[in-house]
Amino acid sequence: MFWTSWFLAVLAIALAWPVPVLLSRAQWPARSPFTAMLLWQAIALAGGLSMIGAMLVYGLEPIGDNLLAGLKALAGMVFTNAPTTSLGFWHVFALSAAALLTAHLVFTLLLTYYKIQRQRRRHRELLALLASPSADGPRTMVINVDSPVAYCLPGGARSVTVLSDGLMAALEPAELRAVLNHENAHLDQRHHLLLWAFAAWRQALPWLPTTRLAQEAVSSLIEMLADDVALKTESKATLIKAIAIVAGGNSGSPAARMAFGEPELCDVGPGQPGATGGAGSARTTASRVSRLLSPQPPLPEPLRAAVLAACLLLLAVPTALLIVPGLLG
Amino acid sequence: MASLGELERAVMDLLWAGHEAATANTLRDLLAQSTRPENGTAGHEGKDLAVTTVLTVLSRLERKGLVERERGTRPHRYQAVSSREDHTAELMHEVLGSAPDREAVLARFIGSVTDTEAETLRKLLGLS
Repeated sequence: MFWTSWFLAVLAIALAWPVPVLLSRAQWPARSPFTAMLLWQAIALAGGLSMIGAMLVYGLEPIGDNLLAGLKALAGMVFTNAPTTSLGFWHVFALSAAALLTAHLVFTLLLTYYKIQRQRRRHRELLALLASPSADGPRTMVINVDSPVAYCLPGGARSVTVLSDGLMAALEPAELRAVLNHENAHLDQRHHLLLWAFAAWRQALPWLPTTRLAQEAVSSLIEMLADDVALKTESKATLIKAIAIVAGGNSGSPAARMAFGEPELCDVGPGQPGATGGAGSARTTASRVSRLLSPQPPLPEPLRAAVLAACLLLLAVPTALLIVPGLLG
Repeated sequence: MASLGELERAVMDLLWAGHEAATANTLRDLLAQSTRPENGTAGHEGKDLAVTTVLTVLSRLERKGLVERERGTRPHRYQAVSSREDHTAELMHEVLGSAPDREAVLARFIGSVTDTEAETLRKLLGLS
């Protein structure tokens, strides 16, 4: 029990700081974004699991030989008023912290979900009144805005991709198809679920380096994955040109901002790259383009297999440490 | 019969175009007029449209915070809460904003880009 809790604590610390820092600096994720995405998910899940597990195992140490026995003894103390004298102050502290952290994570996840759903519903309601259906298909709408803007709003069967008049005017048909395929890839691959989970993870533990790094990396990786889908039907040059035109049209030009009568947007300007996520997404665009301009081969098969094995181990080891001793005993 | 969604859209278009408060009766008449040309001579949508339907649509729009009712007068007069442009700006603010929790709401084709970066991109690609 004792060593288990120390091992889990060390794992939690490694996954909270050095591992994500190294991974966020690595070059290979751009070569195999899907593999990198799996690794980030494994890091986040294993990080949370080992953080909570370490505290739980430490707190239960005096009252059980393994997690299951400890939990049983704890339940006895809570529900049948068995004597709690065997638990010291730090054990009670660790158990409370584990319970609070678990509740906090679950609560933040749900809260973020409702916040996102509310914003999406409002957005959809306004779109229904302001945007018109496009000739490109039932899932596409056009909104009367002069800047080139394209985005998708997930919502199950009501998912929709929105294009602006400015975008339709600025792009050739092939470029428009590239944009549409890119956005539809986000919807088809359910990228919003990843964004939701990692946004909640960051919201819950904003002071933890891994949450910010993970969210930035995931935002960037989903763009690369969507680009790869767009490249299946359209040429690289077409996609790059679409990116450049949209990026150019959305950049600091005051005219673009005045068009929305939205002074607040002026905060995100050159020299002060976005109060919050601006810097991250600017890096994303740059890395997307450099990835398209000088493509690197995907990671070799053995390396990808090794990363996948690492993902499995990351999830299996803490789980096994927590559960297997109880099953054996 | 047009769907409620289509009617909501038509009612908002009228309120946005009219700039002043209108009663459900006025709106019903305007809707009947505007649907007639599309349906040739029949204009069945206009005839079928009951004032209660318009009121249902208005109360749905009110619940969504898009129209407001003038208190005190009978019959009630309705008007748009903000202009079409303001609502478009609201949407674009949500799209172009870059707070981390907003990024999960929708996925943009291109995130925020600084001037210098956009310039570099254009040069890189030989666009002027």
